[in-house]
Amino acid sequence: MASPEIEALTQALARLPGLGPRSARRAVLHLLKKREVALAPLLRALDAVNDKLAICSTCGNVDTTDPCSICADTRRDPRLLCVVEEVSDLWALDRSRLFPGHFHVLGGRLSALEGIRPEDLSIDKLIARVAVGGIDEVVLAMNATLEGQTTAHYLAERLETYPVRITQLAHGLPVGGELDYLDEGTLAQALRARRPVV
Amino acid sequence: MHLSRLSLTDFRSYADAVLSPGPGLVVLTGENGAGKTNILEAVSLLTPGRGLRGASLSDMARQAGAGGFSVAARLLPPPPFKGGDRGVGASLEEASLMAPTVPTPSHSPEGEGGIDIGTGILATAPERRQVRINGATGSATALGEWLSILWLTPAMDRLFTEGASGRRRFFDRLVLALEPSHATHAARYEAAMRARNKLLAEPETADPAWLSALEAGMAEHGARIAEARERALAMLGERLAAQADGPFARAGLAFGGWRPAEDAESAFRAELKTARGRDGAAGRTLAGPHRTDLLVTHLAKGQAAEHCSTGEQKALLLSIILAHADLVADRAGRRPILLLDEVAAHLDPSRRTALFARLESAGGQVWMTGTERALFEGLGGDATLLTVANGNVHHG
Ligand SMILES: Nc1ncnc2c1ncn2[C@@H]1O[C@H](COP(=O)(O)OP(=O)(O)OP(=O)(O)O)[C@@H](O)[C@H]1O
Ligand SMILES: [Mg+2]
Ligand SMILES: [Zn+2]
Repeated sequence: MASPEIEALTQALARLPGLGPRSARRAVLHLLKKREVALAPLLRALDAVNDKLAICSTCGNVDTTDPCSICADTRRDPRLLCVVEEVSDLWALDRSRLFPGHFHVLGGRLSALEGIRPEDLSIDKLIARVAVGGIDEVVLAMNATLEGQTTAHYLAERLETYPVRITQLAHGLPVGGELDYLDEGTLAQALRARRPVV
Repeated sequence: MHLSRLSLTDFRSYADAVLSPGPGLVVLTGENGAGKTNILEAVSLLTPGRGLRGASLSDMARQAGAGGFSVAARLLPPPPFKGGDRGVGASLEEASLMAPTVPTPSHSPEGEGGIDIGTGILATAPERRQVRINGATGSATALGEWLSILWLTPAMDRLFTEGASGRRRFFDRLVLALEPSHATHAARYEAAMRARNKLLAEPETADPAWLSALEAGMAEHGARIAEARERALAMLGERLAAQADGPFARAGLAFGGWRPAEDAESAFRAELKTARGRDGAAGRTLAGPHRTDLLVTHLAKGQAAEHCSTGEQKALLLSIILAHADLVADRAGRRPILLLDEVAAHLDPSRRTALFARLESAGGQVWMTGTERALFEGLGGDATLLTVANGNVHHG
C-alpha cells in the first residue's frame, strides 16, 4: 500500500486522457525510482507551464505566451487562415507542419441540442480578424461530423460578404486506404469528390 | 451470410440460451408466450435500428436479470456446393475459405471465414447500445455492412391501414439492405432536423445563418435518402413486375406524400428556407423525406393494399420481401436473413406449400415461428427444427 501522497499522485495521473490506473502506477514508479532524471525535470516543466500558461487572445491557442508562438511567427503566411474546432485540432494540423498560415480556434462546434450557440464560440473574433483584411483564404477544417459540417456551413455563410476564398478540407479516401476496407459512406463521399487526374 | 450460432444472455425471457441453426430454414415452435418472437427480436438486433418490435433497449433486458443483456452471433458465409444463387460477391477465394460443415464450434478461429458480432446493453448504461464486431467495438450502423435482416410480423398486419411512418420504416429497411449508407444519411438527416426544430421553437433568437447551415445538412442527406429510395423502388418494381402471378399477390409500388423535386438537394434547401415560419408554428418540419409514403397496390386486382383482405395484405408483404431478398442477393452479393413471425399460420395450405418451396429454392437463412409443428410438415429435411419451452430452446 502506497502512502497517501503517492496514492494522490497516482490518481491524478490516472485521470489523464490516454492513461489509466495501470499506466499511472507504472509512471509513478518510474518517477520515484528516477527522481533526479525524471521527477525533478518534470516538476520544473510543470511549474514553468503553470506559471506562464496563456490562451492566445488572437487565435485561441493554448501556449505560454500571448500572442502564441504560431501567431508571433513572422515566417508564416498571414494571408492564410485555418479555422478549427479545438486546440487539439490545431496541434494535430501543426504537428504535420503542412499548413503554412495562421489558425483560429473556435472552442467547439454549434450544437442546438447541447445548447452551444454561435455566441458561445469564438466566431465574432474570427469575423473581426477577417474584416480587418489581409487574409485571402479561410480554410474551414471542421470535423466530418454533422455538427462540424453545420458549423462549417454557418461560418461560410457568415464570411460570404468578405473578399476571401473559403475552402474546406476534402472528405474521402484516406492515404494508404484500401477500397475494400472503407465503409460505404466514405466511399460514396470519395466518389462524389472525384476529380480529373490531369 | 447466415447465423451458425446465436446466444442470448438476459434477453427478454431468456437467462441464457444457445442455438446452433443451420444455413437454411429454421423453425421455432412452442406455445403462446414461450418466447419464439423474442428469439426473432434478438436476431433482428444484429442490424441497425431498434429491432422488430421497435422496443426500447431497457425493455429487452430480462426483468429478473441485472439490467443488461447481450445477443451474440457467429456469421458464416453461405454453404458451398448448394443450389440457389450465390450473388455477385461469390468468388473462388471465398469458396475456399468456407468451412464445409456447419455449424462450426463457437471457438473456431476467424480464419475459417466466420465473423463474431454481438450487441446489447450494460446494466450501468441501459440506454446505450453496445456493438462488438470480431471483438472490437463498433457502431450499430456498421452491423449493416455485415448482414441484412428483413422481417414480417403480425404487428405489420396493420401496415397498410395505419399511418405512413410504419410503411416508410418498412421501405427504408429494404433500402438499407441495398445501401448500408442509408442509415448514416437517415441519422444525420434526423439530427439536423431535430436541431432545426429546436432553433425554430424560439424564433426571436434563431440565427438565420445557423438555420441555413442546418438546412444545407438536411438537404444534402435528405437528397441522398430520396435518391436511394428512388433507386430501390425502381429495381424492386422491376423485379415485382417480372414475377409470375403465382400464389402470392404481386405488388405494385409507388411513393406518395412528400416527393423530391428534379434537383433534389437545392430545391429541398430552398423549400426549407421558405417554410421556416410554417414549421416553427407547427413545432416540426412538415416537408421532407420523413414525410414520404409508400403506396402499395395489388396488381392483379388493381386495388390499393389498404382495401385488400388481411390474407391478401400478408401475401403482398411476402411478395415484396421475397422479391427484395432476391434483389439484394443479386446486387449486394448476400442474401438477407428473413424472420417470418407467424406467417405460416396465416396462409392457406397451398400458399404455405408454395412459400416453403420458394424459400428452399432461393436459399438463405429463414427463421419461421408457429405454435404447431404440423404447420411445417411440407418442409424438406434440411430445416433446423427448434422447440421453445420453459425459457429455453432445444433442437428437435
Ligand atoms: N424483459 C423481459 N423479461 C422477462 N420476460 C419477458 C421480457 N419481455 C417479454 N417477456 C416475456 O416473454 C414472453 C413473450 O415471449 P414471445 O413474445 O417471444 O412469445 P411467443 O412464443 O412469440 O408467443 P406467441 O405464440 O403468443 O406469439 C412473455 O411471457 C413475456 O412476459
Ligand atoms: Mg410471437
Ligand atoms: Zn495565437
